[in-house]
Amino acid sequence: MAAEMDKREFIARRVAQEMRDGYYVNLGIGIPTMVPNYLPTGMDVIMQSENGMLGIGPYPYEGEEEPDLINAGKEPVTEIPGCSYFSSADSFAMIRGGHIDVCVLGALQVDEKGNLANWAVPGKMLRGMGGAMDLVAGTRRVIIAMEHATKDGGPKIMKTCTLPLTGVEVVDLIVTELAVIEVTPKGLLLREVAPGVTPEQVQKVTEPTLLHAPDWKTISA
Amino acid sequence: MDKRVANAEAVIGRVQEGATILMGAFGTCGVPENLINALIRQGTKNLTVASNNPGIDGYGIGALLENRQVKKLIASYVGSNKFFEKLALNDEIEMELNPQGTLAERMRAAGAGIPAFFTPTGYGTMVAEGCEVREFNGRPHILVPALRGDFAFVKAWKGDRWGNLVYRKTARNFNPVVATAADYVMAEVEELVELGQLDPDGVHTPGIFVDAIFQGTNYRKPMEPGPKRKRGA
Repeated sequence: MAAEMDKREFIARRVAQEMRDGYYVNLGIGIPTMVPNYLPTGMDVIMQSENGMLGIGPYPYEGEEEPDLINAGKEPVTEIPGCSYFSSADSFAMIRGGHIDVCVLGALQVDEKGNLANWAVPGKMLRGMGGAMDLVAGTRRVIIAMEHATKDGGPKIMKTCTLPLTGVEVVDLIVTELAVIEVTPKGLLLREVAPGVTPEQVQKVTEPTLLHAPDWKTISA
Repeated sequence: MDKRVANAEAVIGRVQEGATILMGAFGTCGVPENLINALIRQGTKNLTVASNNPGIDGYGIGALLENRQVKKLIASYVGSNKFFEKLALNDEIEMELNPQGTLAERMRAAGAGIPAFFTPTGYGTMVAEGCEVREFNGRPHILVPALRGDFAFVKAWKGDRWGNLVYRKTARNFNPVVATAADYVMAEVEELVELGQLDPDGVHTPGIFVDAIFQGTNYRKPMEPGPKRKRGA
C-alpha cells in the first residue's frame, strides 16, 4: 500500500474497480461511502438509499440542505437527474428481490464461510441492524470493505465469527488495505496483495488459512 | 365524503392506553409531528410503537419516549437516541429489533391481508430465534408474522379530503406502508388541497387507506448533521 495514501482511501479505490456501468449499488456507512469518489468519469453507477431513493447526488452546499432529502445515514444529500423516490416497502423489494447488483458494507468480522458480523458491537447496547440483514440476504453480490485487522491488531477475518451474525454465507469479496480475498466454497482465496506486502504478511493477520490464487496479483488502486 | 378533521386534537382521543401505533418517518424525515405532539399532550401510556427508528432526542418519537408513554418499541435501529439507550439499559422499555426490510414487509403484508411470510433475511442470526425455518429453492427461510397497528400516524406533503396523499422526496419512507396496515389511519399533511387538484397518476397513497386527514402546523423538521460541499470547491 502506498504509504502516502490513506488506508481507507486505498480500500475505497480498490472497491470502485468492482463497479460497472449500469450497476445499482447500495453503500453502507464508513469506507463504502467513499467509493463513488473513485469511479471513472462517465460511468453510470446508480446509488440506492434504503430510505427510498435511487440516484443520490453529492452532499449539498452549506445552506442548501433540505429536511425532506436525506440518505440512509440521515445525512442531507442531493438528487441527480433521473433520480426517483419510493416507499420503504418498494425499497426493500429492490433489495430483498435481488434487484441491487452490489452492496458494499463494513464489517466487524467475516469468516471462512462468508458469514458476516457487522451490527452488534461488543460491550455496547444493541443499536439495531437497520437494513444490513436485508442487504446481505438479497443483494446479488456482497463486498466487504474494511481494515484488515482490529485496532489492537487482532484478526477480523476469522475461522468462525464470534460476534452476532448479520447473515450466513453471504459475503462474496473482502477488500482490505492488505488484500483482496474471494469467498469460495473451498475457503478464502487470496486474489490480490497490496504493493510491498507479501502473502505471508496477509496470512499473519488472518485467522483461517488462505488459499493462494495461482495468478495472484498486486493491487493497483 | 369528507375525511377532514380540524387538527390532531380532533382525532387523538381515539388512541387508548395500550394501543399499537405504526408511525411513518426515517430519522427526522417525514415525521408526523402534529399527531405525536398531540399524543404527548394527551399523555396516553403503555403504547407499543412501531417505527423504523426513534430519531433524535427531544423530537418526534424521541419526545414520546421522554414522556414515558411507550412500553415497547419495534424498530430496526435505535442508535442516535441517547434517552432510548438509557431506558433500555434500565429495562424501562421493551425493544424488538427487526431488520428494516422485514419491518417494512411485515407492515406491507398486514396491509395486503397476508398473515405471515417466509424470508431469507435474518436466517441464522439472532432475529431467527424461535422462528419456523423452511427451505425454498435450496435456501433456508424464516417465517415472520405480519405487523398490524390499531392506529397509523402518517405524514404526507399534500392531501385532499378523500385522504389521497402525496409525499415529498425521502420523507415518503415508511409513511405509505404504515398507511395500509392499521385499523384507523390518521394523516397529517403540509397542504390540504381541493379535490381534483392532485394528479391522479401521482397519488402515492389512495384515499381508501386513510380515515382522517388534517393540515398540520408549525413543522420543525430538524436535520441531523452531515458533510457539506463548499462553494468553489
